[in-house]
Amino acid sequence: MTSAVLDRSAARGTRPRRRPGRTALRLAPLAPAVALMLVFLAGPVLWSFYGSLTNQALTGYRAAAPEFVGLDNYTALLADDGFWKAVVLTVVFVGASAVIGQNVLGMALALLLRATSKPLRATVSTLVVVAWVLPEIVAAFALYAFFSTDGTLNQVLGWFGLEGPTWLISVPMLAVVLANIWRGTAFSMMVYGAALSEVPPDVTEAAAIDGATGPQRFFRITLPMIRRSISTNLMLTTLQTLAVFTLIWVMTGGGPGTDSSTLPVLAYQEAFKFAQVGYGTAIATVTLLVGAVFSLVYIRVLKPEVD
Amino acid sequence: MTALSVPPADVTGGSPTAATRRPRRERHLPSVAAPRRRTGRVLVAAALVLIGLTFLVPLAWIVLASLDPAATVSVKVPESLTLDNFTQILTWETTFRPLWNSTLISGGTAVLTVLASVLAAYPLSRYQMRFRKPFLYTILFGTCLPITAMMVPVYALFVYLGMLDSVPGTIFFLAATSLPMAIWMTKNFMDSVPVSLEEAAWVDGAGSMTALMRVVVPLMRPGIAVVFIFVFTQAWGNFFVPFVLLFSPDNQPAAVAIYSFFGTYGTVAYGRLAAFSILYSVPVLVLYLLVQRFSGGSFAMSGAVKG
Repeated sequence: MTSAVLDRSAARGTRPRRRPGRTALRLAPLAPAVALMLVFLAGPVLWSFYGSLTNQALTGYRAAAPEFVGLDNYTALLADDGFWKAVVLTVVFVGASAVIGQNVLGMALALLLRATSKPLRATVSTLVVVAWVLPEIVAAFALYAFFSTDGTLNQVLGWFGLEGPTWLISVPMLAVVLANIWRGTAFSMMVYGAALSEVPPDVTEAAAIDGATGPQRFFRITLPMIRRSISTNLMLTTLQTLAVFTLIWVMTGGGPGTDSSTLPVLAYQEAFKFAQVGYGTAIATVTLLVGAVFSLVYIRVLKPEVD
Repeated sequence: MTALSVPPADVTGGSPTAATRRPRRERHLPSVAAPRRRTGRVLVAAALVLIGLTFLVPLAWIVLASLDPAATVSVKVPESLTLDNFTQILTWETTFRPLWNSTLISGGTAVLTVLASVLAAYPLSRYQMRFRKPFLYTILFGTCLPITAMMVPVYALFVYLGMLDSVPGTIFFLAATSLPMAIWMTKNFMDSVPVSLEEAAWVDGAGSMTALMRVVVPLMRPGIAVVFIFVFTQAWGNFFVPFVLLFSPDNQPAAVAIYSFFGTYGTVAYGRLAAFSILYSVPVLVLYLLVQRFSGGSFAMSGAVKG
């Protein structure tokens, strides 16, 4: 009751007298969420920065009593060809599967689905969405089977007299990129489907009357009108793909060797396969920083929504 | 990183332009453009059928292999249908315990997250506070961070806290990682509940917490259901977090149990693997359909991204 009265006086323009403790009382409901996020979200982030400055090992003496080694892990990281290889693979993975693959295929699907009959639209969009709703590890197994040497893909290629490569061994990156497109296109398709349905048809119709061709209407009118959805979607798919672990881990295990180890996979391998927790943490920290930069850009894009 | 929200499956549907208007126009105007448009439609349908098939085949493998007594990695119609794959795995150790653990972990995570985010969303939605905006920006930033990249430092932190192989610890961590998105969604849902109803409750002498529980929460029940299912599904499908944090079979959820299926036996029993995949996937598919029901399409999207 008191707070309502105070709020009303605030609306009238008279400054309410601040009662001590009122703000604290109002903030109390935030406490459980803030406590959880401080311990289990901010905690690991800070731990990540700290741990990357130690030589912690997985087992043995250095697991219990890690030494502070300063920036040693980072200097080792920068001199490590394996790390740079993982950086390149991560850029390839994110660029090819998310930025190009999911976005282009998602947009194409959204456009095609608008121009077809209802049964076909419902069937295809359901299939694409099921691939996305399935638990990630199930999707990974299905794709592992699909790309296996004796798997479905090579079987189909065999019908056309082609001999497919041993996908997961000779071209592991191509396999995981295609797999991630299969897995994640639904999200882009839905975002673009929603965006396209909000473009008023009279604008494109007016352009058509003025003699604009189909591609002209799409690139000059539709695309600029939904550019906010495009930038949002690009950022979100990039951030999601940057964090992909399960798909790659199940399909190739990062291998052969480290030929498909993106940064999250490499961090895991260093920490749990080679028992260098400090070094793995440094890789995780770098990935986190890359993600943080992308997040900041994304928040700038979304800024008007908070204000 | 999480998928942003649970957007509707058939977002492209419902626009009258594609499906209904066009055939009628063709009937009225037997113009020279008609045959070209028909070829266009055939091409669109052909492209969609092709894309649909590439999405269908890996999914079909799961279903067909689960019914095949001699399943391999390639998709084929079984020579004889059998339910043996299912009956063989329906034991406490193989199937029911992992599924029960999954239920416990995902349910615990979802309950904890929803409670904390409803409480946290209330002051964020209702009061003008100095640090509301910085807090919301931090939350938004938290939704973007590539959490899986952090699993190595999380492991190190859990060693320090002595919480390895603890189900409550895993629940706390999963809840903390889903909180930013859950708070964001809940706040947007809560914003759409008019304040005037609470003012009535305040006049009647209710405190802010009573107003929240008796007035606001009942009014945003569908929104809460969407957040609950969203968090539950994320936790259910999460493989990497329990894979790193839980190692005794007594605690492992289905996502990890399925992986041991694949790794530990000499030859992989693909039929049983596929059967287990189906049992494990059905709950999230059902929940996804439920969200569609609850949210009636674009509502879910608006909760997360607000337009």
